[in-house]
Amino acid sequence: MTKSVNTELIRKYGLLLVLVVMVGIMSSVSKYFFTVTNIFDILRQVSINGILAIGMTFVIITGGIDLSVGSLVAVSGVICGSIVFNNPNSVFFGIIASVLVSGVFGFLNGFLVKQFRVPGFIATLAMMTIARGFALVYSDGRPYVLTSKSFKVIGQGYLGFIPVPVCILILVIVLMAAILYQTKFGRYVYAVGGNSNAAKASGINVGFIFLAVYTLNGLIAGLAGVVLASRISSGQPAIGVSYELDAIAAVVIGGTSLTGGVGRIAGTVLGFLIIGVINNGLNLLNVSSYYQQIVKGVIIVGAVILDQASKKRA
Amino acid sequence: MVSIRDIDIITLCNYLKWEALAVEGTILEMKDIQKIFPGVQALSGVHLEVKGGEVHALMGENGAGKSTLMKILMGLYHQDGGHIRFCGREVSINSPSIALRLGISMIHQELSPVPEMTVCENIFLGRETLIAGTPFIRKKEQKENTRKLLEEFHLDIDEEAKMSSLSVAQMQMVEIIKATSYGSKLIIMDEPSSALADAEVDDLFETIKNLKRRGVSVIYISHRLEEVFEIADRVTVLRDGQYIGTLEKEEISKDRLITMMVGRELSTIYPKISIEIGPPVLEAKGLERKGVFSGIDITVHRCEILGIAGLIGSGRSEIVRAIFGLDPLDSGELYLEGERISIRTPRDAIRRGIVMVNEDRRGYGLVLCRSIRENIALQNMEHLTRIGFLIRRKVEKERCASMAKRLSVKAASLASSAESLSGGNQQKVVLAKNLMTRPRVLILDEPTRGIDVGAKAEIHRLMSEFASEGMAIIMISSELPEIMGMSDRIIVVGEGRIRGEFLRDQATQEEILKCALAG
Repeated sequence: MTKSVNTELIRKYGLLLVLVVMVGIMSSVSKYFFTVTNIFDILRQVSINGILAIGMTFVIITGGIDLSVGSLVAVSGVICGSIVFNNPNSVFFGIIASVLVSGVFGFLNGFLVKQFRVPGFIATLAMMTIARGFALVYSDGRPYVLTSKSFKVIGQGYLGFIPVPVCILILVIVLMAAILYQTKFGRYVYAVGGNSNAAKASGINVGFIFLAVYTLNGLIAGLAGVVLASRISSGQPAIGVSYELDAIAAVVIGGTSLTGGVGRIAGTVLGFLIIGVINNGLNLLNVSSYYQQIVKGVIIVGAVILDQASKKRA
Repeated sequence: MVSIRDIDIITLCNYLKWEALAVEGTILEMKDIQKIFPGVQALSGVHLEVKGGEVHALMGENGAGKSTLMKILMGLYHQDGGHIRFCGREVSINSPSIALRLGISMIHQELSPVPEMTVCENIFLGRETLIAGTPFIRKKEQKENTRKLLEEFHLDIDEEAKMSSLSVAQMQMVEIIKATSYGSKLIIMDEPSSALADAEVDDLFETIKNLKRRGVSVIYISHRLEEVFEIADRVTVLRDGQYIGTLEKEEISKDRLITMMVGRELSTIYPKISIEIGPPVLEAKGLERKGVFSGIDITVHRCEILGIAGLIGSGRSEIVRAIFGLDPLDSGELYLEGERISIRTPRDAIRRGIVMVNEDRRGYGLVLCRSIRENIALQNMEHLTRIGFLIRRKVEKERCASMAKRLSVKAASLASSAESLSGGNQQKVVLAKNLMTRPRVLILDEPTRGIDVGAKAEIHRLMSEFASEGMAIIMISSELPEIMGMSDRIIVVGEGRIRGEFLRDQATQEEILKCALAG
């Protein structure tokens, strides 16, 4: 009788089924849905949330949560915005700087959790407002309008026929999956989330793991912020509000338990794809975005209910 | 006797039904019970027959099917085949509330009362005495009823005391009273004495005898043979999900029970091999943790098994936890093979070849939601990776499989979650994790607690084997026979200090106990 490892698999195929069914429904309801252009639109639309969700997966597996990523997206946007605005050619520097600054905020999150044992929820809740404030202070509350052609490539360019944001998303997925499944670090992330006492007793530096996942999430949020700034060609201090909720939604739908110890990248991917498909489909049907909010909430609840039901056996 | 006025309607019906049944009759009959889980037949053709007013012991190795059978009886599972008759009527127990209403209740090994509520509130939880038609509780009446129940069982507990202020033994008594106040005719007790001191076990047995006099039957699940001899009227033994047999009181003997449970003769429970003790490996000098222990000097040698005896709460676990780096040390020195070392975290200890099996395997030993293989590998990742961080899957699979095999871990697949294993097998997984890299010092805290006879013997055999291969072993145990049977040397700890030291041949149970109790 194998429990959580098996239920994860069942969950994953169940989710895949849901996605296929969604795609089926949307295709039958709107003839624009299943077209190459639209599929890539969907992928491009979900790429920001997707990148955030992948990072969030790590945090949630350790049993924590990161509410600050939306604000970090803004921080990253204004940092690279300010750099590229003043110097349209130093795109590379802009990217590195903004990712690193977000990483520092992530590190602060991790530090609060590790050193002062502040619960992740509280620490990142505080950081959410602190980082937002920082973005506003730094940019004086005004957006940077970017005209740099080289910078535009990141968010609006193509690698062959695939949009660059999608390429970046795929890269993040592959890299993070490798870290989670193929490295000692990934194992420790699962162990700390599953039972931090047992992890400590097995010689794992639990504090370091917390520090690392929050820092990593900060860096990833920074990357998402850069991609977003490039997509909308501006570094906006007010952007990214509620992005953390969408990321968390994707992770939760994907089967990662908020109590930690279980979760898979593939699940998160299916999670944000399902959200993306439904949002896109509803858009094509001209359904108001207000209704879309309700639909999204219902899906999250539905996914968790299914999850609980699949756990109750015998 | 409890007067009619004090019992609520459900209890009254139970009472009347019971009166209609002859006292000597059979109260429970489970016949030919089958239960299948994906991939494994947990129970096949199991019978259990309990008479009114009897104490019926249920024994068997971990994994034999005892808890599965009880879960079926309690309505947590449903049987796939077979019948259950209770008080002469065929019943289908689909939920715990049905079991309760029939008159069956269970006292679990791990008690879970509501700690911040009082004894009275806990006993009446869910069926509070209300002022008719309102949601308001008749507090005075409830308190009186509780007091009456406590008096009947001769228990010196204040009904207004918070559950959290009671000792484990007292909490257990309250649970028993709660069960009887439900009008239970059959109470299942799962390892009730595992957390009790000897004197408290006597009180427990008095209570059980009291229950017998009132016509209540008890299914007593325990691994402790001596207790079964003392309290049981009959014993039913299960093995590998099958019914092996039932013994009447006269037929019960240690050898017979062991043979039935294990299916083979066990020549000795403590297969201790005599080996020559080597040089000192680990020396602790002057260990102190304020308020917990002080003046602790311990030395353990290669090939030696050092037993640490003492009463529950004497500080033994705290001492070894501090040595291992899980708890802080205020002062003291540690020497490994003569060299001064500093251990501040378990990581330091493990790196130096000092490993520990915690007494709380679910809390500190295993990550239950992960697979068996991952658990075994967790402490040894540094040896299973390339370039220090990339996991070598094939090597991991092989080495975990060979460790699991060496320790005879019984599992369908190493990819199953650790949660699915029986207690004995879980303990073996923890051992596998700790032994994979041949530690120099192995610290065991209550290594065979809650484990069946067969697995226990296996663990003892392994301990002897590892000691003969050069390992130094420190073992904490609250079972004197185990300490005396396995140790080369025994130190006795009492109230945070070392009270005495005995060599293997010098020790007797009485002397050790006397030493442990010395004020």
